[in-house]
Amino acid sequence: MNVFDIIGPVMIGPSSSHTAGAVRIGRVVNKLMDGQTPEKLEIVLSGSFAQTYRGHGTDRALLAGIMGFRSDSAEIRDALEIAKERGISYEFIKRDIPGAHPNTARITYTLADGSTGSAQAASVGGGNIRVDLINGMKVDFSGESNTLLVMHLDRPGVIAAVTTLMRWEYADLNICNFHLSREQRGGNAIMTIEIDNMPPETLIEDVRKLDHVTNAMLIRRL
Amino acid sequence: MLKYQSIQELVSAAEERGLKISELVMLDQAEAMEQTPEEIYERMRRSFEVMRESVAEGQKKDLRSMSGLTGGEGYLMKQYAESTNGGLCGDFLSKAIARALAVAGCNAAMGRIVAAPTAGSCGILPGCLVSLHEDRGIPERDIVMSIFTAGAFGMVIAANSSIAGAQGGCQAECGSAAGMAAASLVEVMGGTPSQCGDACAIAIANQLGLVCDPVAGLVEIPCIKRNVSGLMIAFSSADLALAGVGPKIPVDECVDAMREVGNALPAALKETAGGGLATTPTGVKLRKQVFGK
Ligand code: SF4
Repeated sequence: MNVFDIIGPVMIGPSSSHTAGAVRIGRVVNKLMDGQTPEKLEIVLSGSFAQTYRGHGTDRALLAGIMGFRSDSAEIRDALEIAKERGISYEFIKRDIPGAHPNTARITYTLADGSTGSAQAASVGGGNIRVDLINGMKVDFSGESNTLLVMHLDRPGVIAAVTTLMRWEYADLNICNFHLSREQRGGNAIMTIEIDNMPPETLIEDVRKLDHVTNAMLIRRL
Repeated sequence: MLKYQSIQELVSAAEERGLKISELVMLDQAEAMEQTPEEIYERMRRSFEVMRESVAEGQKKDLRSMSGLTGGEGYLMKQYAESTNGGLCGDFLSKAIARALAVAGCNAAMGRIVAAPTAGSCGILPGCLVSLHEDRGIPERDIVMSIFTAGAFGMVIAANSSIAGAQGGCQAECGSAAGMAAASLVEVMGGTPSQCGDACAIAIANQLGLVCDPVAGLVEIPCIKRNVSGLMIAFSSADLALAGVGPKIPVDECVDAMREVGNALPAALKETAGGGLATTPTGVKLRKQVFGK
């Protein structure tokens, strides 16, 4: 956390947790999709999000973020209309997610090529967020640091391959948080690596080339 | 490097080094964010500029919220302050009230604001600081610097309690904002670091238990006017601290108390619009007016 998380964000109102935080949750999904426009979105709203989303423009804010807008973009007000213009079909579902933070959204997208993905995140106050699930797997990051997500198969040596690559090819990168989660032994797994400094784009390409890595993405400080 | 784990830590570190809290925090944050102090000063100056723009936007006559429930408060109060030569509160305070209303109204109208610490409480810091700048002639640099003190106090409050209405009630939003603003005011007026902590303690203590009960779940009623009470408490707490009327409970204990009270509040009074003003007959009627059910 830094001083601009408290004095900030500069944002479009009315609610830091329901509007600005929601834009940031949407932006995580935008990065997951690599900036592509989804065909279909299913957005589950839980807790306080479910009860008050319309009046805070939470629906507009989530869509705006998914389309890549920022929390101080004037387009947030018109995000429902912009999404329609772009041919995105979306559905908001009110459903309690047991054990989730009161302001939680779970977003599932489908791209034109039929591929899907999902993210679940909570807006934890002051426009700050915490991402809890990516593609159904547990993660834990805030978007306050640059975050490298590595999707891979659970095989011995994959973590070492990633950190060794970083150690020798990107020596000035400093990892400030590391989290691993997997579906089952030998199945799909995901590494969440938060990094203090900004990694160059080539890191992603290099990580993708490693054995057993199925995908990698960088979520820059939101 | 500062840890932002207690306000006492900030006060002691500033006193040991003979710096203002804001100077200490700016240097520390520059290091933590790997930027120069000038760069982060400039970013804070830009935030203050947005605050001034929100005051101007929110004092427009025909400004209305998205729901139509509120609007025009900043304009009306400004007119009143000018035409009555300051009403009951006097020229300086009544204009400050108008500014706090204006920024909160700008927010409700989906205008651009600086969350400080949240959008619901975004009028308190600008109401205090834009007033000191424009009506008392305090130089911009002093004002901008003092926001670092407010921000640092907010970081401690966020870590040890909460700044979200959904978690801690309105004491966590408007209460924190008032505590942060009070610390800024003391610093601008030449108070010591420990008086900054005192002012924050008094402001928080005076809003303990304040519930979050927004009508129709919107950040409008009572939020817009709570920015005014937060501002008044910030000014009076700063004056008390500067006068040497310190708090009896130290500031970090007040923050802990806020967390405990927040935990004890039922969910109905934490932003879910399930109690308080939100479920009064009129609150319910207004909700139906907006959402039709
Ligand atoms: S009542 Fe709730 S929504 Fe309104 S300002 Fe207070 S904490 Fe924020």
